[in-house]
Amino acid sequence: MDSGFIELDGVEKVFDVRKKTGFMKRERRQVRAVDSISFRVERGEMVGYIGPNGAGKSTTIKMLTGILTPSAGRLRVAGIDPSRERTRLAHRIGVVFGQRTTLWWDLPLIDSYKLMHRMYRIPDARYRENLDRLVELLGLGDLLDVPVRQLSLGQRMRGDIAAALLHDPEVLYLDEPTIGLDVVSKSKVREFLRELNAEHGTTVLLTTHDLQDIEQLCKRVMVIDHGRLMYDGPLTGLHEAGESERTLVVDLERELPPIEAPAPARVVRVEGPRQWLAFPAAESAAPLVARIAAEYPLVDLSVREPDIEAVIAKMLHTLADTPEPPPEPATA
Amino acid sequence: MGERGALVEGLRAYRLIAGMWVRSSMTYRTSFVVTVFGNLTVTGLDFVGILLMFSQVDSLGGWSLPEVAFLYGLSVTAFGIADLLLGSMDVLGGRMRDGSFDMLLVRPAPVLAQVGADHFALRRLGRILQGGVVLGWALASVDVDWTAAKVLLVPVMVVSGAMIFSAAFVAGATFQIFAQDAAEVQNAFTYGGTTLLQYPPTVFGKDLVRGVTFMVPLAFVNWVPAAYVLGRPYPIGLPHWAAFASPLVAAVCCVLAGLAWRTGLRSYRSTGS
Repeated sequence: MDSGFIELDGVEKVFDVRKKTGFMKRERRQVRAVDSISFRVERGEMVGYIGPNGAGKSTTIKMLTGILTPSAGRLRVAGIDPSRERTRLAHRIGVVFGQRTTLWWDLPLIDSYKLMHRMYRIPDARYRENLDRLVELLGLGDLLDVPVRQLSLGQRMRGDIAAALLHDPEVLYLDEPTIGLDVVSKSKVREFLRELNAEHGTTVLLTTHDLQDIEQLCKRVMVIDHGRLMYDGPLTGLHEAGESERTLVVDLERELPPIEAPAPARVVRVEGPRQWLAFPAAESAAPLVARIAAEYPLVDLSVREPDIEAVIAKMLHTLADTPEPPPEPATA
Repeated sequence: MGERGALVEGLRAYRLIAGMWVRSSMTYRTSFVVTVFGNLTVTGLDFVGILLMFSQVDSLGGWSLPEVAFLYGLSVTAFGIADLLLGSMDVLGGRMRDGSFDMLLVRPAPVLAQVGADHFALRRLGRILQGGVVLGWALASVDVDWTAAKVLLVPVMVVSGAMIFSAAFVAGATFQIFAQDAAEVQNAFTYGGTTLLQYPPTVFGKDLVRGVTFMVPLAFVNWVPAAYVLGRPYPIGLPHWAAFASPLVAAVCCVLAGLAWRTGLRSYRSTGS
């Protein structure tokens, strides 16, 4: 049967929210956190799941992991109905919540792994093999005997990712895996995830606020807003839909009038010898940089990625202007 | 996975998680020793209060000091066991507020076992120890013609009592699912209940005793069976066999608490709050 590894068909989640309106009076209101979402993710895909805060991202993840029961619709992960067979599903999924650790604060890192070994009943040989591999790839060798409370945020995140993968899950859910990490830690985590997906074929679904996470990892992006799937397709398409822009920051030798850049690039800000130029995110910065370097006394430059919120906001705005239905899911 | 499988899985998960908490607490050895000692002292002061009372009066509600000590020892020991096993369930509300409760739901183990083992603390052995000492002294001092039934009833009371208090802890945890800042309501029934049971039923009003017998059946922890052992009239004129009903009452409490928990968990998973 040709069905997706993760399947959602018209999945809804409605919450009853009670608001205090008086001393004993409460007003009941229904909030549709997830509104008829359908998508499919094939085995081995790596998908970014993004949207503004409160859009329904984590509600979706919670339904996919069996934490929450959907109000309506059909949902399957590896053929399992998550809400009905929570513990069976648990053996096949790995979950990392970026803001929360599953590691034991006061105990050496290795103790948390030993608990996973026993709780997930991982066969000894496989546990040893997986642990060795994860320790090497995530650079945890020197940290195994360190109490978790002494680890840096980046080290702890890597530790958490290893903990979520010891039992060889077929799908890994990551909620903000790079939040708060420094540049080096971020790139280590991304490099590892790319390798995990390529070598191991692990299906990865990640939510993030960091557009670079998506850019470097995911061929496919899903955007959710107000509980609805607004976009499902490649990242480049998202840039086009949102007409998002990157910013080139150049430092010139001295104060000069705004650079005359080829359209659509344009100067958006000047501050002494420093100038900011906006250009379409989907285009390469190289020709623009080459041109400026040839015509102006360039000292230094950097490229800034568009803020994911800005991209989404722009995209949602564009979609609202054009009275078209949201694009259909890319894979059928 | 059947009920039996779930029970075995639950006990296994409980053991694993409790073990991690014990190891965690051992990383602060001094703190551990101090809290064990502190726990022993504080719970010990409880009984000192009763001793002080008896320095002024000869009986309390018609019960002598060894008899009250018997009630006290039974109540504190039974509660101590439940408190050791499930006493940290009051952190559940906090876990729900900060979202860490969700992490328990993605683990391949029964949630109740994980919540029960949460913050497992060996320092709670102090209460059992202290209750046990008072119970031992009471057993040696009470004026009772020991029969086989009466001897057997003592361990039955402790175990049934522990089950009844455990059910109260689980019921309290369930309540926290619906009212996440309600840990104190749970404490009223558990800690409050054990304090109540340290005194003879005759010192309390009829309505309270009735409530503690039929509504929250704490009376079956010690009052009713202890009245049989001590040859005293039952509170509110219960039938003769009521003294032996404790295991049954305890089992019913556990089943009801388990069902309530299941309902509560289902509600959490459908409302997320």
